[in-house]
Amino acid sequence: MNRDSTTRFDVLVVGGGPAGMAAAIRAAECGLSVGVVDDNAKLGGQIWRAGVSSDSHDKDAAKWHNLLRTASVTMLCGKRVFHQPERGVLWAEGSDDLVELRYKNLVLATGARERFLPFPGWTLPNVMGAGGLQAMVKSGLPIAGKRVVIAGTGPLLLAVAAYLRQHEAVIPIVCEQASWSALLRFAGSVVKWPAKVAQTLQLKKEMAGVPFAANSWPVAAQGEDKIESVTISRKGRLQTIECDYLACGFHLVPNIELPSLLGCEIRVGYVKVDEFQQTSMPGIFCAGEPTGIGGLELSLVEGEIAGLAAADSKSQAQALFKTRDKLRSFARSLDHAFSLRSELRSLASPATLICRCEDVSYARLEEPTSWRAAKLQTRCGMGPCQGRICGPVTQFLFDWNPDSVRPPIFPSRLESLGAEAQKEPEQVVGTGGRG
Amino acid sequence: MSSAVTLTVNGAEISVPQGATVAVAMTMAGQPCRISVGGAARGPLCGMGICFECRVMIDGKSHCRSCQILCEPGMDVKTDE
Repeated sequence: MNRDSTTRFDVLVVGGGPAGMAAAIRAAECGLSVGVVDDNAKLGGQIWRAGVSSDSHDKDAAKWHNLLRTASVTMLCGKRVFHQPERGVLWAEGSDDLVELRYKNLVLATGARERFLPFPGWTLPNVMGAGGLQAMVKSGLPIAGKRVVIAGTGPLLLAVAAYLRQHEAVIPIVCEQASWSALLRFAGSVVKWPAKVAQTLQLKKEMAGVPFAANSWPVAAQGEDKIESVTISRKGRLQTIECDYLACGFHLVPNIELPSLLGCEIRVGYVKVDEFQQTSMPGIFCAGEPTGIGGLELSLVEGEIAGLAAADSKSQAQALFKTRDKLRSFARSLDHAFSLRSELRSLASPATLICRCEDVSYARLEEPTSWRAAKLQTRCGMGPCQGRICGPVTQFLFDWNPDSVRPPIFPSRLESLGAEAQKEPEQVVGTGGRG
Repeated sequence: MSSAVTLTVNGAEISVPQGATVAVAMTMAGQPCRISVGGAARGPLCGMGICFECRVMIDGKSHCRSCQILCEPGMDVKTDE
């Protein structure tokens, strides 16, 4: 397949969640040509994912969607960026086309994914991420009357519990691995943020009657063709609960594959940015979760700053620094409160699969001493997800660090990769920094 | 729910809400999306196009990420083996 189209933008934004939308809007308001590319069918990212029903968007989402409609922004949905053939150019693949996107400045707003941890039975159908199940319900999965155990860690668990409850799911329990003392310290820090307090109170109201247990985590899922029950450790005791779904996520990990591919410096797992959200690569900005997991408000303001800075409106960007810096301290308290307890390292049995793509068990990973050795010896991390799921797992279990990122950063069609061969024989892409 | 879309999942017809993803259809039908290298049934995990566990075969084309593809009338979806 040849490149089907080439489009040039003053500012190109990758990722159409809140950070990307805010960046695009602010850059477009400066009069520049702006494009947003996203792999989903609609903009909004995970938190503002459009549903099949008329789930009312919250007020924030409606406000930003409206701004986007009135701003002059080109939206490229259903397209996944997989390659940088040369500096200033990205290729994105749609369901049956390939587009070339050229830019002067770039804003990376690639968001985050859930962290999953392995335990016996975690590969059974209907064991999903907490956000994963929420996305499925937003996409039309009937959940009324279904029993959903929610487990893992992080504020997402409560948001998902409230959402599923609104949709009449039965929630036997929400298990949070963090201790009560960590949660209380976190609650204490939330008080500094009026918006967060309001959200928390609202959640508390919506959660009335749902049992919540701290110091609790899943130890095994049982079932034949799909999950039928889950065993949890609750205050040191094991308890088995029948369920139709287990919604299980251990907070979030940033999507840093594209920033890494483009050579942006990564520091302790996150994209390093300066005060204008610029990465170590001049003209490439980054906003939202890839710079540190901080939630919606921080993503929005970082997106605004990145968009303004990418449009060279420095003084307008500067005016937002104070708000951002305040929200960043909230992000730090999140990290602290929901750090993973060491007991979670011993949930997997020797037969538990760690790499779900290649079916590599825990036992087979006891010999290799690094991520690279594991890949070579066992094919761990070599499947289609390219280590996006098992990479963070092995980082937690074995303290392994990921390799450098290589193109294509997502499995792509041969025709798309073949487009490289049809280019003039200039340079072939660099492989990005070591993560 | 808004109007329904009817498609085929592993040979059986199923109706899903307009706008539902193929991953939703597979889960509603109780069918695995794919069979793993070791022969185990798998279904959607991340729900957002990252994990590749929800790969299915759609109209003869394998490795389609069902969580990012909307159901269309008459689609023929099969477990990816």
